[in-house]
Amino acid sequence: MGINKTVTRRSFENKPESSLLKDKGLIKRFTDRNSEGRGKLYIYSSAILMIAAVVSITLFLTLQGLRSFTVDHLNIWDFLTGSEWYPDRAENPSYGAWPFVFGSISVTLLAALITTPVAIGCAIFMTEVAKKWGQRILQPVIEILVGIPSVVYGLIGLSVIVPFMRHHFGGTGLSLLSGSIVVGIMILPTVTSIAADSIRAVPDSLREASYAIGATQWQTIWRVVIPAAGSSLITAIVLGMSRAFGEALAVQMVIGNARHVPHSIFDPAATLTTIITLSMGNSTTGSVLNDALWSLGLILLVISYIFIVIIRFLSGRRNAR
Amino acid sequence: MSSKVTNRIALSFIVLCALIMAGTLAALLGYLLVKGVTSLSWSFLTSESSSFMAGGGIKDQLWNSFYVLIITMLLTVPIGVCGGIYLAEYARPGKLTSYIRSCVEVLASLPSIVVGMFGMLIFVNYFGWKYSVLSGALVLTVFNLPVIVRVTEDGFRSLPLHQKEGGLALGLTHWHTIKTILLPAAFPSILTGIILSAGRVFGESAALLFTAGLSTPNLNFTNWNPASSDSPLNLFRSAETLSVHIWAVNTSGIIPDIQRVANGSAAVLVICVLLFNLIARTVGKMINKKLSGKQ
Repeated sequence: MGINKTVTRRSFENKPESSLLKDKGLIKRFTDRNSEGRGKLYIYSSAILMIAAVVSITLFLTLQGLRSFTVDHLNIWDFLTGSEWYPDRAENPSYGAWPFVFGSISVTLLAALITTPVAIGCAIFMTEVAKKWGQRILQPVIEILVGIPSVVYGLIGLSVIVPFMRHHFGGTGLSLLSGSIVVGIMILPTVTSIAADSIRAVPDSLREASYAIGATQWQTIWRVVIPAAGSSLITAIVLGMSRAFGEALAVQMVIGNARHVPHSIFDPAATLTTIITLSMGNSTTGSVLNDALWSLGLILLVISYIFIVIIRFLSGRRNAR
Repeated sequence: MSSKVTNRIALSFIVLCALIMAGTLAALLGYLLVKGVTSLSWSFLTSESSSFMAGGGIKDQLWNSFYVLIITMLLTVPIGVCGGIYLAEYARPGKLTSYIRSCVEVLASLPSIVVGMFGMLIFVNYFGWKYSVLSGALVLTVFNLPVIVRVTEDGFRSLPLHQKEGGLALGLTHWHTIKTILLPAAFPSILTGIILSAGRVFGESAALLFTAGLSTPNLNFTNWNPASSDSPLNLFRSAETLSVHIWAVNTSGIIPDIQRVANGSAAVLVICVLLFNLIARTVGKMINKKLSGKQ
């Protein structure tokens, strides 16, 4: 840049009017020192905007979520462990969030339980069993499944899985299990593609060593490849769980929206996201119910952060190794 | 012997898993094809939705979806691309950079309903924009930003280093090198990522529930003045998008033909998302071919 400046100054200061480069505006473009500053301005303001977004989401949701404890004087412990959610009861309304926390946790765990074997099976199929054509077929399948919007999963769950459940297990068919299945199918492609990546990262020398001592393909996969991919497989599952935890509308459509703790997986239930979805629009700003819903949102935010920390921890450990 | 039997059993289980996955997709698409596409018709796409009678269409919802998508993209792309450039080119390893990286990660993994609640708090209540296209688009911007940032950063990092060195060796400033050399070279991969993320934004519903609303005012499609209240271009009117419509019809709808409307809308939604994927792929390939053909 220094050289450039001196050259242009020397050759054009004497007879600036004859400069073709200057006429075309090229010199200006090359020597415009403000352009660097302007560019940096755009770049840095975008970076700052991202920080601002995260900080303000966390800050505002925390402040609003704490209102029910600071302004409406609900007891935090009663709020978290109370199992009665009757905000509309005329005398003695009660705000117990436990059924929703319980619902969210059980949907997440059940969905992970349903998805994990299938997802890891698919990942192994793509990377170990049928390396070439398995990859070529399943890769587009995964990409299309990831792209399908969650409402569509909910709709199909409502019109296929719910009647199936009603027919075979009785009841309305709207149940914890239906919700878990829908979410499980939703997170299947995500978990599969991350699991496949982590299995692919296992070095071939390990497989070759295992085959060389006479192991079958399954023994190699089970004893060598899966332990070697270990913590990244867990990362894949935890990522899937964090998505399952935050899913709202698809679950809401099939879970039945009961306000008590379900007795079995065939009972209707509710999650943090579903109760927020359902009640937020009907409650007036500033009412106790509204504040309690924001507190549920705060719980959601806190647990999302816990998931983020766990995922960071897992992937950090992998990088360190 | 038994290890061979186990091998056989285990491998067939793995094949079964793959079949389940492929079968799921086939079933989903089959359902949408049989139930959804059959309920599509020209009048379904071009008539207004009805709140209690049968025979409503999805004209307004379809328009809202695209309108919100366009506004979102206008907001996201410049910010996201600049953010990606920062992380790829300007960020020095240190506390600030790792903090920004964590912020992008947090934004990417927050549930969309949490982002929607934030939007409700800030844009809808605090700024007083009510349920509006603008609130919805801003929330989707927050939701989509990390994707664009990541795509841009990856695009820049995959460029060969000598392109940047060449630019700097000519005496260009860093920003000028980025603007005239690196950005055009990374453009195909960034564009592919942008179109793919558009598909994601198009199908998003939970974040829009509390920000763009569950209703649409009567729109007059001959009035294109953005300031008037019945104009389709008005930024401050509530706008129910297609994916929110599917949910709303199913949960609180009282029309007799819920199934038809929901299935038809779902088919339209999925077709659009698939089209976005297809376009992203072809555009990426085309630009790549053009660029490598020129050299």
